[in-house]
Amino acid sequence: MTTLGKSANESIKDASQYLRGTILDGLANSATGSLSKDDQQLTKFHGIYQQDDRDIRKERRKKKLEPAYSFMIRVRVPGGVSTPEQWLDMDRIAQEHANSAIKLTTRQAFQFHGVIKSNLKKSIQEINEALFDTLAACGDVNRNVMCNPNPMQSRVHGEVLDLATELSNHLSPRTGAYHEIWLDDGTGEKVKVTYDPPKIDDIADPEEPIYGKHYLPRKFKTVVAVPPSNDVDIYAHDLGYIAILEGDDKVVGYNVTVGGGMGMTHGNEETFPRLADLLGFCTPEQAVTVGEAVVRVQRDHGNRDNRANARLKYTIERMGIDAFRAEVEKLCGFELGEPRDFTFEDNGDRYGWVEDHTGNFHYTMFIENGRVYDSEDYPLMTGLREIAKVHDGDFRLTANQNLIIANISKKKKKEITKLLEEYRMIDSYERSALRLNSMACVALPTCGLALAESQRYLPDLISEIDKVLEDAGLRHDAITIRMTGCPNGCARPYIAEIGFVGRGPGKYNLYLGGGFHGERLSKLYAPSVKGDDVPRILEPIIRDYAKNREEGERFGDFVIRSGYVKATENGRDFHKDFVEPELAV
Amino acid sequence: MSLPENHPLSPERQQLAQQLAAGIPANEATWLSGFFAGLAQGAGGGAPVAATGGAQVTVLYGSESGNAEKLSGDIQKAVTRAGHKARVVNMADAKAADLAKAEHLLVVVSTWGEGDPPDAATAYYEEIMSDAMPQLPNVRYSVCSLGDTSYEHFCKIGKDFDERLGKLGGERIFDRVDCDVDFEEPFGKWLEGAVAALPSAGASSGAVGAAVATPAPASYDKKNPYPAEILERIVLNGTGSIKETLHLELSLEGSGLAYEPGDSLGIYPENRDEDVEAVLAAAGLKANEKLGDKTLAEALKTDFDITSLSPAIALKYNGIAGDAKLQKLLDEKDKAELKDWIWGRQLVDLLETYPHKNWTADSFTGILRSLAPRLYSIASSLRKHDGEVHLTIAAVRYDTHGRDRVGVCSTYVADRVEIGDRVKVFFHSNKNFRLPENDETPVIMVGPGTGIAPFRAFVEERAARGAAGKNWLFFGDQHFSYDFLYQLEWLDYLEDGTLTELSTAFSRDQKEKIYVQDRLRERGEEIWKWLEDGAHFYVCGDASRMAKDVHQALMDIAAEHGDRSAEEAKAYVDALRKEKRYQRDVY
Repeated sequence: MTTLGKSANESIKDASQYLRGTILDGLANSATGSLSKDDQQLTKFHGIYQQDDRDIRKERRKKKLEPAYSFMIRVRVPGGVSTPEQWLDMDRIAQEHANSAIKLTTRQAFQFHGVIKSNLKKSIQEINEALFDTLAACGDVNRNVMCNPNPMQSRVHGEVLDLATELSNHLSPRTGAYHEIWLDDGTGEKVKVTYDPPKIDDIADPEEPIYGKHYLPRKFKTVVAVPPSNDVDIYAHDLGYIAILEGDDKVVGYNVTVGGGMGMTHGNEETFPRLADLLGFCTPEQAVTVGEAVVRVQRDHGNRDNRANARLKYTIERMGIDAFRAEVEKLCGFELGEPRDFTFEDNGDRYGWVEDHTGNFHYTMFIENGRVYDSEDYPLMTGLREIAKVHDGDFRLTANQNLIIANISKKKKKEITKLLEEYRMIDSYERSALRLNSMACVALPTCGLALAESQRYLPDLISEIDKVLEDAGLRHDAITIRMTGCPNGCARPYIAEIGFVGRGPGKYNLYLGGGFHGERLSKLYAPSVKGDDVPRILEPIIRDYAKNREEGERFGDFVIRSGYVKATENGRDFHKDFVEPELAV
Repeated sequence: MSLPENHPLSPERQQLAQQLAAGIPANEATWLSGFFAGLAQGAGGGAPVAATGGAQVTVLYGSESGNAEKLSGDIQKAVTRAGHKARVVNMADAKAADLAKAEHLLVVVSTWGEGDPPDAATAYYEEIMSDAMPQLPNVRYSVCSLGDTSYEHFCKIGKDFDERLGKLGGERIFDRVDCDVDFEEPFGKWLEGAVAALPSAGASSGAVGAAVATPAPASYDKKNPYPAEILERIVLNGTGSIKETLHLELSLEGSGLAYEPGDSLGIYPENRDEDVEAVLAAAGLKANEKLGDKTLAEALKTDFDITSLSPAIALKYNGIAGDAKLQKLLDEKDKAELKDWIWGRQLVDLLETYPHKNWTADSFTGILRSLAPRLYSIASSLRKHDGEVHLTIAAVRYDTHGRDRVGVCSTYVADRVEIGDRVKVFFHSNKNFRLPENDETPVIMVGPGTGIAPFRAFVEERAARGAAGKNWLFFGDQHFSYDFLYQLEWLDYLEDGTLTELSTAFSRDQKEKIYVQDRLRERGEEIWKWLEDGAHFYVCGDASRMAKDVHQALMDIAAEHGDRSAEEAKAYVDALRKEKRYQRDVY
């Protein structure tokens, strides 16, 4: 069983009575828009982050106002599938309680921003009425389970979506805190929460049989991928399942991956991004048991003294993959098979229309940085609302912050096409290939961790880099480009071919050499460069690439072959082999 | 003539008095009695004055902002100078039925909002208007009413008193005078006339005039405002708010001025240049024409009210303009059409719609009221901010009939002066809005919007005094995130325990509107407990709706939690008011 570690969060969890803390008291305090410091840690387990608009902190202090506190609410959407009714519900909640925008996250979740404290409970209740929840969308637990949205293989998709949903349910916290705090109807009666029992017969704690009262040492992320697409970035996650197919549509089992993760801390070489290891093969029936076992081993062996060293990736580095596997197999009561062969080709989305074998249509549209909102010249949010009103299929959030209007019946296709045209969404993906393969996190002004801009800045930076690419004749060549405002890596920048990680206002570490389908970490090319200097720094490399690349050679592979950066073979070598470049600035 | 045995005089004065009284003509004796009565008043001596031949005069006042109260003091002085005996009675503390004992009665009372009596005078007013009121056949009276011609029910309460006293059998000894915002001059005339109409006590009326006209030797006041430097000006609303609430800090350094929490500060504004230009253009007058020692433009900017429009102004206007169409509107009995037209319009609209070609600087300014100062509830305590006075002012800006309009004074301090500039100010005491003397007494404060101002002063004062009594503040506005005025200060007061409770109501953060009165009802049981523990209950802010709704909520709380009928609840709240435990500063 776990012991109380030294990190502050462990004491908070210990005293929280299974994530209750004093959240109810904090919600009742109408003098401040904030919750107590400890409760702010606990609400993460409920899918809620307290933030404030950092742009206006100083101005507000002068106006005798506290910081503009508001909350981000992350809605768990297993596999990223939403019905049109649910879409309309999310749209309404965004208009009524949030900042009139929906963020589609890099992990197939909906996110609302700018919800003030007095509207939190109502928002969560309405999310609940829409048959979604926010429990465990953040926090030291298994979070939203992602899976490939896969419109072309609908039978396979059905099966992997079932696994994603089952994992999500099975690994959800059992505490009644969520219902008590958010869904209480005012009668004071406690809602009885029922879940399926643990697969592994070792109930340490009846209230929280899988996690125990201290939950996990750190966040835990799970994905399911279907080759040849690695859109979910399987190597960047704690736990992954790679579907192994027989023929076109039969899932015979999964290769299980463990120990991927992006986050690191600037200036601390003990922290690093790491790609997941292959653990072994399991059958579809074994998959949930294996997941639970991985969670339990991390629960008991993860580092609870130092949160910067607490993710599963460090546990595996410390234990070694073989010892880790032995612990998992011991809990499972069966051995894992040898990993099967598979091939990934990319980690992006395939834009535009496809028709599947049942005759249904799917339209994948590009949504820049996942931001669904209305601007004067692009009424995207209204357009999607109008489509949701008539759509008879579903919506699928992709791991690249894009959206698939999926399972459009033949008879609806014309109507929806008309709406796509009317609201100027039909050509959403007629952008440069660079932009279509871009991702950015939220960062400033609301994310408390951000050191630099991200989603407000990357679109402009891409416009500048596009000019260089255009000159070099590379407008239609896909290169993955990702930006985050801090080193925690929400947009998975360390596996992009071009990655930016915020260091300070207007300054970024520039990383190069990530694998095009997420199979290789990148390497620091230039530390702390000004964002505005980036196009000039990249220009000679891009020209070189245009002139000297081999047939089909990816940009990330080319910069390694040409010696701009060394390849990063292992996460623990991420900080090694940095060579000060001669910059063109 | 010999003195009565029980006189208080020293042997020397006894002798002098006997010499003086020997063979004195009646008119000289009366004059001397008045003279000595005045001396006694001036010396502050509380001893009853035996004014032989003078009348027993009851000076009755009903005051909201403190003007009527102050004038009642002037009446008292003039009456005693004229050789009469004066007793000042505040409607808030008295029963109307007691008037049956009065003989000579001088009344000064103001009118508020939609023809309402001053808050504290409500019960008195209701009593005198009721059927239970006894006849007053012995009362000889005169009424001076205070009001504002921009309101429909101008001076209604004074008119009601005047008419009612007559109906009850009283004899009007001098005609009622209705005073507009500049009340000093008409009041002075009324006072002179009313005092002269009292039974002759031999005092010259000149003495009365002098008593009113001679200013007290105080340094700065309404007539001689202090030019206070602006130290700080902050828009309190956060970016994103549609509101613009200013926090203004003014320096009193070297002025010798002081104030109490609950008082107001008067500011003399200046008009906007564009309003001056528009009025000049519409009237066909030139900016550089002379008016006294100023140009017309300067005079219109600083001395005259060039924006307000009321039927009274229209009437004066047409006395000169003589427009037939306008006259038709003015001749209508209820002037309904005119009032409709005036709604949202200003003087410039009148000038443009009913133009007159032959205005002169004199004829035009002759129809204008002088530019009145605006009063703002003070938002600071001197104990916390030595030598400073703070205000909380909502900048008024709106658009009607295709023209942008502004509140003259609020935009004067918002736009037309800068930090470091000086504005002309004076203090206005408000004895009807005071913290309890006992620091142990709990207080409940309801102040949404700019109604928060005096409660910032109250809470600062209570904190500085180390008052042990509990403090409960109710605040409301549109949005929590933008409009929570002085939020950081309240959070500090909560933290250090000065504020026991802070309840907020933000009307536009959710679909259904939530207001302070809703929060009061939600916490009704505890409010009741506080009241039963002797709490004082204060309300500041909007009179037209908020104060009424809060009043209703208070009665509902007394009914529900005090287990009273609706009537009993009303009596309970009336009693609170009478005991000065329920005080309002509403506008």
